[in-house]
Amino acid sequence: MLDQTDGYTTADGRKIGGVVMEMKNITLRFGGVTAIEDISFDIREGEIRAIIGPNGAGKSSMLNVVSGFYIPQEGEVWFRGSPRPPMRPFEVARQGIARTFQNIALFEGMTVLDNVMTGRLTHMNTGVIAQALWKGKAEAEETANREIAEKVIDFLEIQHIRKTPVARLPYGLKKRVELARALAAEPKLLLLDEPMAGMNVEEKEDMCRFILDVNDEFGTTIALIEHDMGVVMDLSDRVVVMDYGKKIGDGTPDEVRANQQVIDAYLGVSHD
Amino acid sequence: MFYREAGDFSTTYAQDSQTFPIRFDRYRYYAVMALAFLVVPFVINDYWANAILLPFLIYAIAAIGLNILTGYCGQVSLGTGGFMAVGAYACYKLMTAFPEVNILFHVILAGGVTALVGVLFGLPSLRIKGFYLAVATLAAQFFLVWLFNRVPWFYNYSASGQINAPERTVFGIEVTGPNTEAWATYLFCLVFCAGSAIIARNLTRGTLGRTWMAIRDMDIAAEIIGVNPLRAKLSAFAISSFFVGLSGALFFAVYLGAVEVGEVFGINKSFLVLFMIIIGGLGSIFGAFAGAAFLVVLPVVLKLVGVDMMGWATDIVAHFQFIIIGLMIVAFLILEPHGLAQLSRLAKEKMRLWPFPH
Repeated sequence: MLDQTDGYTTADGRKIGGVVMEMKNITLRFGGVTAIEDISFDIREGEIRAIIGPNGAGKSSMLNVVSGFYIPQEGEVWFRGSPRPPMRPFEVARQGIARTFQNIALFEGMTVLDNVMTGRLTHMNTGVIAQALWKGKAEAEETANREIAEKVIDFLEIQHIRKTPVARLPYGLKKRVELARALAAEPKLLLLDEPMAGMNVEEKEDMCRFILDVNDEFGTTIALIEHDMGVVMDLSDRVVVMDYGKKIGDGTPDEVRANQQVIDAYLGVSHD
Repeated sequence: MFYREAGDFSTTYAQDSQTFPIRFDRYRYYAVMALAFLVVPFVINDYWANAILLPFLIYAIAAIGLNILTGYCGQVSLGTGGFMAVGAYACYKLMTAFPEVNILFHVILAGGVTALVGVLFGLPSLRIKGFYLAVATLAAQFFLVWLFNRVPWFYNYSASGQINAPERTVFGIEVTGPNTEAWATYLFCLVFCAGSAIIARNLTRGTLGRTWMAIRDMDIAAEIIGVNPLRAKLSAFAISSFFVGLSGALFFAVYLGAVEVGEVFGINKSFLVLFMIIIGGLGSIFGAFAGAAFLVVLPVVLKLVGVDMMGWATDIVAHFQFIIIGLMIVAFLILEPHGLAQLSRLAKEKMRLWPFPH
């Protein structure tokens, strides 16, 4: 049993707090296929936690369990100190968990600004009548939330494309807009599913910088899946390694790098 | 040259998110409103009111309603005719049951009743999408028309099976019944039309509109950022049906005066309104007006040109109308799925730079 208040200090001197989310013996099956088998790990306040593993290891399934798309057959998800009952994705979002997708899932027909503003939906609650009349409460709420959305837009340096429909943007910018939408929700836990997939070196560097800045400035807890080992080892404070649905390693990047099981999973073992 | 935003700077977010952020657009909007409210009522006659203006205003409300559901929320509906019938019959029942209440309230309440019915028939949308949902709403269309034909309570047991609008007044001026003045009916419909457009615009540029568009563009991503799909879809059905119900009530009470449900609110009506928003532009309030204007004016112009000027037979001209509308639908779906509204946006962008190409 992990102590909720227990923390640690990272190599670069950041204080990591207590456990935000804890996965306890999660098992997820699709019919006869076991995607995740008896996995436990925790995510602590303020840390950058990476989940890595070869293709088909169950990383994305794990993220989908966290964000409520899949309900695991066994095990419990603990969020902020209490077990979470099975809930739909939009209820998970209202608890303060935001995410991005491996294949960009933006609203193509809307402008960048509208996309980022949808990230604020969980914070907006004027009624239909007030919205229909616009003046007064609805307008005040719109303006207040617009300010927060604009801060995020500023932060991610996408001011110049604010009013552009998302469908017209190149891939790298779309990834950034998706991050902006997730950030606009001011999440307590941010899940990033391969934020650097398909990017060139420069775009990757930008994205790394943004992820570190987000963590640094807002203190957002981040869990990410990534295939680029260099990025993972540089960014993350602790790493979970999965292979064939099982956890084969967990620890700091250096510990994981030295783990024989992890090396075997990535490089293969000779069967002689 | 003609359309400039130069020197037009928004200094607050409220200014930036208003309906017409560009001053030129805003003044043009005021001018159109002034023309519609202050000039047209004095020059209108029966022909203009009945042939063009009343159907335009009423269809525009229906098109705004369907555009909210289909254009903004992405739920295809073929039940518009049926929902208009709900509005018409609800208005009729209210008018005859509470003759002392002002007709303004009857029309609005008829919209409310239609909203409830719309939510009921919107429930399948939580399970099915696209083509299958269209078929489910088609079932609503046929069921509702059948209901109003077969249950005598709805038409107050009248021998003909028709419903007739009794005479009702607003501020002492008759707006329904046989003895109405063109300007009175026009103003009555205009108030509802302008109100609907402003409300629809406010809803679609705010939180609710973004919720709908999120569901339309990618429902999984919408759910992950906290949109409750049940509430988003049902609110679109409710508000869409409210406007469609208003238009049905006005169509019956003010425009036609007497209605036989199968003839007036049949499947053809559903398609007509759907064509309006396809030609006018999905996901645009202006598009609803453009589409309604186009499909109302087209037959009138064709009749003027074909029958009166060229001397062709009426039925040939009517067939021409079908061919033209059919071709336009195909052309718009292939070339410009966002309709006349998008064409006007493109024209504006071109005009900003004119006469220079870049």
